Amino acid sequence: QTSSTMLLFETVSEDLLIYCRHQVLRIKARNEEEVKKLQLLESLEHLELDFWINPSTPALPVDVRIPTNSIQAVKAFLESHGIEYSILIEDLQVVLDKEKDDMACSQRDRSINSFSYETYNSLDSIYAELDHLASEYSNIVSKFQIGESYEKWPLYVLKFSTGGSNHPAIWIDAGIHSREWITQASAIWIAKKITSDYGKDFSITSLLNKMDIFLLTVANPDGYVFTHTTNRMWRKTRSKNQGSLCIGVDPNRNWDAGFGGPGASSNPCSDSYRGPSANSEVEVKSVVNFIKNHGNIQAFLTLHSYSQLLMYPYGYKCTEPRDYAELDALGRAAASSIQSLYGTTFRVGSICTTIYQASGGSIDWSYDYGIKYSFAFELRDTGRYGFLLPANQIIPTAEETWLGLKKIMEHVQDNVY
Amino acid sequence: DIDDVGHKYHLELVLEDVLDKDSTVNCTAEVLYHLGNKNSAPSVQFTLEEELKNTDEADNIFYNRIKSLEKELVAENIPDSHGNVSPEMEPVRLLAWVASGYVIWQNSTENTKFQLAQIKHVKQVKRSDEYLEFDYTILLHEMVSQEIIPWQMTVLWHPQHGVQVTQDSRQPKHASE
Repeated sequence: QTSSTMLLFETVSEDLLIYCRHQVLRIKARNEEEVKKLQLLESLEHLELDFWINPSTPALPVDVRIPTNSIQAVKAFLESHGIEYSILIEDLQVVLDKEKDDMACSQRDRSINSFSYETYNSLDSIYAELDHLASEYSNIVSKFQIGESYEKWPLYVLKFSTGGSNHPAIWIDAGIHSREWITQASAIWIAKKITSDYGKDFSITSLLNKMDIFLLTVANPDGYVFTHTTNRMWRKTRSKNQGSLCIGVDPNRNWDAGFGGPGASSNPCSDSYRGPSANSEVEVKSVVNFIKNHGNIQAFLTLHSYSQLLMYPYGYKCTEPRDYAELDALGRAAASSIQSLYGTTFRVGSICTTIYQASGGSIDWSYDYGIKYSFAFELRDTGRYGFLLPANQIIPTAEETWLGLKKIMEHVQDNVY
Repeated sequence: DIDDVGHKYHLELVLEDVLDKDSTVNCTAEVLYHLGNKNSAPSVQFTLEEELKNTDEADNIFYNRIKSLEKELVAENIPDSHGNVSPEMEPVRLLAWVASGYVIWQNSTENTKFQLAQIKHVKQVKRSDEYLEFDYTILLHEMVSQEIIPWQMTVLWHPQHGVQVTQDSRQPKHASE
């Protein structure tokens, strides 16, 4: 028992996974039939069960570590089949803490206690974590506000910087479409990754010595809250539309790029409604203002899901951008980096030729504004779970996405204009 | 491009077993989108180059489990907001996926791309014959318009007789949602 716990502990220190509220159950199968049921359970990869003793014979108990989100489901399964079990370890992290005297689940530090990078979090939790990162890594991170959403949520941006005045900078945003939960989750992981890698990883350290990174983890907070409280599939902002009962504007059809052209709807009830005018949405206008006022943004990178695509302009027209060759080559290099980690394949191309014609999109605006390195990512998956990507894919997705972003940022660093 | 008929696509596909990524079957298909008549489904012909795996054992386990339920199965939000699917619901989800494939086929054009987004609600309908019947309300995600479309479908299934969608209809969306 002790040796398996110690083995687990070795892994914990290397990455961001914590075992808060993971339980270890001891399951007693009484006959072959029950063993088969446990083997069925074992085959369900999405539960991410970690069998310390695998189901093979009724003679041996089955010990299994269960991540927090799967606990209810597993217990319900066992109870409905009348399979006996007992709780071996109530909260695995507590056990690991006792062994290491660490603070991972400590009551003393409430902000770490409530935030888990491997689950989807509420807006409040994410905002609290932004504060936590800014205070714990204040040498490299600061948090500031670029505006307020329609419902008056602050729009918080993290600035990663080693100082200096107006370094050339990279812009990254996530969650402009609120139902694309993997993007906000990946963004906050990326924030943590940058802070913990600075000073240790050569690439990010040398990048931050010369450039700043601005990260907007939740570009559409109103929508995000709505996906938690009311409608998980909400995409748009939550602004009222004059003369219509329907609410919200598609914030990625609202930018001043081919606005009013094909590829966006003029119907307020549509999920791709462009809005009454370009930049009508405060969430969009705030970003535009920030970018214009900064004056030295070199890259504009935006995260969406799903489909596994890496795209460059244009969406509002199907003609090639001036920098097509360079953007395409860079996109392919980034896709290659992404694939190197878990084999996830991304298709590369312009928005128009890769998915569909879409006007009023953010990277079309940023590119025409003069920000050459404008890319839009569509993260996992390709439709099996779609927007409802299981939480156990958050970290692998964030990790691979980070490799793609880094590849682009490294190129930008060598090609500041 | 076939004059006065429509657009034909010749496809070479690899089918991958959802439960076993290493198990693949090659397939060729021809899809004909009919000119003009947007109300008719595209015609599809296909050839599997190998046999599909036998799934009798798992099918029978699921079939017997549902048949022996005292109360009709009822569930909602599969997967849930966090992408979770309980073990018992996994076959229910797979069945919806297959059935939604039929609905998607019947409603596809060259300008649509549908995916099953979620099962909002499923209710088993008890039958006196050997078939299992489920009344599903699903959400389809249409990629080009980005719309989420609620759809009702009545699904019949039997291990030896396969899946049938006996009834389906697009549902209205509420303005407040």
